[in-house]
Amino acid sequence: MNAEALYLDLLRHLKEGLFSKASTTTVYLAGLAIGGAWIAKRLAKDLNLPQYGVINVSFHRDDYAEKGVRALESANAMSTELTFDVNNAHIVLIDDVLFTGRTVRAALNELFDFGRPAQVSLMVLADRGERELPISADFAAKVVALPRSQILVLEQDANSHFHFQIEERLN
Amino acid sequence: MPKEQILYILDTAKQFVGVTSPNREVKKVPLLRGKSVFNLFFENSTRTRTTFEIAANRLSADIINLDIPTSSTSKGESLMDTIDNLIAMQADIFVVRHNISKAPIEIANHVPEHVHVINAGDGSHQHPTQGLLDAYTMRHFKQDFSKLKVAIIGDILHSRVAKSNIHALTTLGCHDIRAVGPESLLPSDLAKDLSALGVKIFHKVEDGIKDADVVMTLRIQKERMDQGQVPEGAAFFSQFGLNAERLALAKPDAIVMHPGPMNRGVEIDSTIADGKQSVILNQVTFGIAIRMAVMSIVAGN
Repeated sequence: MNAEALYLDLLRHLKEGLFSKASTTTVYLAGLAIGGAWIAKRLAKDLNLPQYGVINVSFHRDDYAEKGVRALESANAMSTELTFDVNNAHIVLIDDVLFTGRTVRAALNELFDFGRPAQVSLMVLADRGERELPISADFAAKVVALPRSQILVLEQDANSHFHFQIEERLN
Repeated sequence: MPKEQILYILDTAKQFVGVTSPNREVKKVPLLRGKSVFNLFFENSTRTRTTFEIAANRLSADIINLDIPTSSTSKGESLMDTIDNLIAMQADIFVVRHNISKAPIEIANHVPEHVHVINAGDGSHQHPTQGLLDAYTMRHFKQDFSKLKVAIIGDILHSRVAKSNIHALTTLGCHDIRAVGPESLLPSDLAKDLSALGVKIFHKVEDGIKDADVVMTLRIQKERMDQGQVPEGAAFFSQFGLNAERLALAKPDAIVMHPGPMNRGVEIDSTIADGKQSVILNQVTFGIAIRMAVMSIVAGN
C-alpha cells in the first residue's frame, strides 16, 4: 500500500473541494496526533495554509480505566494545539487510519472542549472498516481489509514521505 | 523516587497545564470521572488542599474535604478506623497531610490495593508534590538541571519542602545545591546528612547565594520549634532575609521561589516577593498540573 499515493489523493481531494478558489467557508485542518498531525502539517504546506491544528485524544480515551497511564503516553509526545477559533468554523479532522471509530469519538470530544464548530468532517488515508461506533469518513483515499490481529502504522521518513507498516498486535 | 519516574510526572504535568489554556473553553478532562478523592488534612494547609481540590475537579473526580477537627478522630476514633469507614464509602484516593512523619505511608500500607494514598506533606519528613512542582518550575524557567546552582535559604531543619527538593534535585542531576541558614536550623547531624548528599552548607546568605540560578526561601516554622531557637522577625530578616542587595549576588536572571505561606519582612522582602524575578505564583499554578498528573497516574495504576 503506497501511503505517498494515498496522501496525494487526499491533497487533490482538498484542492478541488474545500480549498478550491470557489469555496468561501472558513476551513481549518486538525490532524489527530501523531500520524494525522504529520499529514495535516504537510497538507497545510502543500495547500499554502497559514496554520493547522493538532488534536490529541488522550484526555478523552475510553480505555483509561483499563490502560491507565499508558493511555496517556502519546499525550507526552504531542499536545492538542488549536491556534484558531473553533467556534463557527468548518473543521476537517485528518487521520492516517480509520478503524473502530473510537479515536474519532474522542477527538470530537476534545474538539468540542474548545468551542462549537459549524461543521466537522473526517478525512483519512486508509479506512479499515470494522467500525464499533456510528462514525464514517467523508473521504478515505483507500479502503483496506486487514485481520484484526494486525495494526496499520503510518511512518514518516526524513524527507517527510509517508509509508505504511503492518505490525502484529502485541496484546 | 527514580529519575525516570520524576521526569514522567513532570512530562505528564506539562500536558495538564494545557487543560487550562485560555482557548480551551471546557477546562476539565474526564480522566477520573466516577472516582472519589478524599482530602484528609490533619494539619492545616489552605494552598495544598485547595490545589489538590482544583486538580481533582479538573480531572472530573468527586472530591470530599474532611473537616478533621470536627470529625470522629476528635471523638476518639483511631486513624485506621476513620480510613476503613471512608473506604466503606468507596474512596478511591486519599490525599493525606499529617503532622506525624510517615503517617501517609502507614495509611498506604493499611488500605486495600485498589485504594491509593498521596502524601501531601508529613511532619518534617517529605512533601513530594511540592518538590515535584518546584522541579517543574525550575525546569520551566531554567531547563537543564545539570547546570543549575540552587540556594535554599532558611529553616532547612523543619522543612519537608527542602528535603523533597533536595531529593528531587539530586535525582535530576543538579550538582550545585546550597543549604543556607543559621546553625540552629542546620545542626551538625543534619549538615552531615546533607553533605553526604553533596549539598553544600552555608551559614551566611551572601556566601550561599553567590551566582545562584534559583533562590528558594523557606518559611520559619515556629510551630515546630522551641522558643528562642532562631532570631525572630526583623532579627531573622536582617541576618537571613532575602533582600535586593543579597539577591544581586545571585545571577542576574536568577528566579526567586517560595513554597508559601510567605512571611514578608521575615524570610523575604516584599519588593522581592513581588519583583520580576519572583516565580512564586507560577509555582502555585504549576502545582495544580503536578497534582493532576500525580492523581491520574496513581488512579491509572
